[in-house]
Amino acid sequence: MNDLDAISRFRQETRAWLEANCPPEMRRPAGEEDQCWGGRHCQFTSDAQRVWLERMGSRGWTVPTWPREYGGGGLSSEEARVLGQEMRALGCRTPLVSFGIWMLGPALLKFGTHEQKLEHLPKIARGEIRWCQGYSEPDAGSDLASLATRADDHGDHLIVNGQKIWTSYADLADWIFCLVRTDAEKKHAGISFVLFDMASAGVSTRPTMLISGKSPFCETFFDNVRVDKRNVVGAITAGWDVAKYLLTHEREILGAMGGATEAKAVSRVAAEKIGLDADGLLADPVLRTQIAEFEMDEAAFRLAAERAMDLVKVRQAHPAMSSMLKYYGAELNKRRWELIASIHGSDGLEWESERSGHGSVPRTWIRAKGNSIEGGTSEVQLNVIAKRILELPGA
Amino acid sequence: MSLILTEEQGMLRDSARDFLAAESPVTALRALRDDADADGFSRPLWRRFAEQGFCGVLVPEALDGLGLGHVEAGVVMEQIGHHLTASPFLASSVVAATALRAGGSGAQQRAWLPRLAKGEAIATLAVDEGGKHRPAATALRATPDGDGLVLDGAKTFVLDGHMADLFIVAARTSGRPGETSGITLCLVERSAPGVEVERTVMVDAHNAARVTFRQVRVGAGTILGSLHGGAAALTAALDAGRAGAAAELLGVADEAFSRTVGYLKERRQFGRLIGEFQALQHRAAHLYTELEITRAAVIKAQQALDTDPATAGDLVAVAKARAGRTATLAVQEAVQLHGGIGMTDEFEIGFFMKRARVLQELFGDTNWNLDQLARRRGY
Repeated sequence: MNDLDAISRFRQETRAWLEANCPPEMRRPAGEEDQCWGGRHCQFTSDAQRVWLERMGSRGWTVPTWPREYGGGGLSSEEARVLGQEMRALGCRTPLVSFGIWMLGPALLKFGTHEQKLEHLPKIARGEIRWCQGYSEPDAGSDLASLATRADDHGDHLIVNGQKIWTSYADLADWIFCLVRTDAEKKHAGISFVLFDMASAGVSTRPTMLISGKSPFCETFFDNVRVDKRNVVGAITAGWDVAKYLLTHEREILGAMGGATEAKAVSRVAAEKIGLDADGLLADPVLRTQIAEFEMDEAAFRLAAERAMDLVKVRQAHPAMSSMLKYYGAELNKRRWELIASIHGSDGLEWESERSGHGSVPRTWIRAKGNSIEGGTSEVQLNVIAKRILELPGA
Repeated sequence: MSLILTEEQGMLRDSARDFLAAESPVTALRALRDDADADGFSRPLWRRFAEQGFCGVLVPEALDGLGLGHVEAGVVMEQIGHHLTASPFLASSVVAATALRAGGSGAQQRAWLPRLAKGEAIATLAVDEGGKHRPAATALRATPDGDGLVLDGAKTFVLDGHMADLFIVAARTSGRPGETSGITLCLVERSAPGVEVERTVMVDAHNAARVTFRQVRVGAGTILGSLHGGAAALTAALDAGRAGAAAELLGVADEAFSRTVGYLKERRQFGRLIGEFQALQHRAAHLYTELEITRAAVIKAQQALDTDPATAGDLVAVAKARAGRTATLAVQEAVQLHGGIGMTDEFEIGFFMKRARVLQELFGDTNWNLDQLARRRGY
């Protein structure tokens, strides 16, 4: 039997299993509120959502390419691609989204011990434990490696003291993966990557209000939190390697967002809101030009993201390519929302009314300004491109 | 379909690059300009180019061509952009060959395509009549006369017109200027009585001409496609030209960019390499990003011309509009970051700026293509 037969048989079996096991309610497009993040305190929005997660989790298909012994599906990348295609064909929702899947999992697979993988990965795969990321601090933003949260050595454990900011969903998370300073003498080489339970004594969180209103972000405080040394990932003081690896993943996710959105075309919003003239052209000629230029760039950016994935497949992608996509995708999304705000005019200024969807236009417009700050600012991305791709000299 | 070149396409790119680097460096264009060469391109180079098979890239194998597609034509165009090669490749091998393939009868194809593929004849499209590309505005009259037509009018910006053997002329046979229907394409040989050609020496030292048709009588069998119905073949030819020009713009931009990054790594001021200054690093990194995004748009447009003509118009508009804008930025940054030496004729970077200016106007500039994109999308 050749590979082609094997893959087409896998496709048939997968389709049959999905047909039999994906509840009908899970075959309709999901809104943001329908996403399942799992965790100890997970509130399923329906029974179907719970059943779908359990079935997919028990097969390891929430994380199809992770090894079976760690709760994954053990699929080859080709099989995982087929699974994705079949899920899309049936309209199956993603059963579980989480920072554990996107970020910690890949880092543990690369840097974790066998015991760490056994302890944490299956719980991520089944959606039992929800993770958050403790990276940024009040005085360590773009210059992340200057972080000051201290972890003092107490023999078999560390004692952590300090503060993190921009901890997404810290108030809903069960565990945190966190960068701490274990050596005050060195900068990058004094950082460790640790895991601990958010229910530990001494952990507290406070939600962060943004200029756009409520947000998933929190401030997170550590007051003499005890962390067993078996929960250090990689060697003590080798945490920066793990962090760098993980940041690349984060940039890819954020950058891909610009390409993956299936939002209504800006020109469609404009045609509905502003109308067309007798020649069928948008009734605001200057805005029309700006929208056409935006849609040109949007189309080209999507193609560039597609091409980037093609390059990854044949191992020709530059490792810093994600910085390019992150930079352009963030700036593009800011432009999108400037245009949408302009299209709505004074109708897009209301902040609270039911009529305005509680200010969805101005809130999304101003929230988008953070795109070029979070996950590494646009300026940091340009530095990365200049240094690592163009190999320009100097500090 | 993957948006990276196949192994065969990569080999074609390497062979075009090696050939042009050896036979047609930028110094060759400078020599043509300084010697006021009567042809404006090198006939021996064109012959060798044809011997390599390049001229037949879009001509079917049965008619002595390579039977390849627009991706392959684009691969060659991009290298032409890198080396600023003056040659009738775009006008004859890409645009005219596409017009003949899209609208030509069997007899017309057999008469011309093998000669184009071998580089023995040069054909070119005559469409523009004013300073801006407005194909629907075609006003040159073609009046029925027996079983033929009589042409009266003038064309401008006719690529390589002063050495073309065959003009493919967009003429109005019905309707009014501004209407897409009522345009007829006809084949007019250079030798026909009443054809007057004036070479126009342009900013980029490449070749174009103004061509006047005074009571030019062409016989039956010279209409390409149907009477009044030339728009489809005209659009096919122009889209091929736009995608080709986009690829050349990409090559021009890429070359100007890599020369500029090289300069940032060798020029010292204030006691250090100017590439150490963050103000310049960010400009270079931004330009790199623009280039890579345009690269994806260009190859996608070429693939669509080959495999999915229904979506090609939209993608070609994106590619040409964006390549024009990216190349304009690239050559401006190139001259600025080279500083004073970038303004000297002795230095080569200015040649890239001049070529980009011409390619920007060719077959519709960024603004025109953006307008087309918006119209296609219904706004």
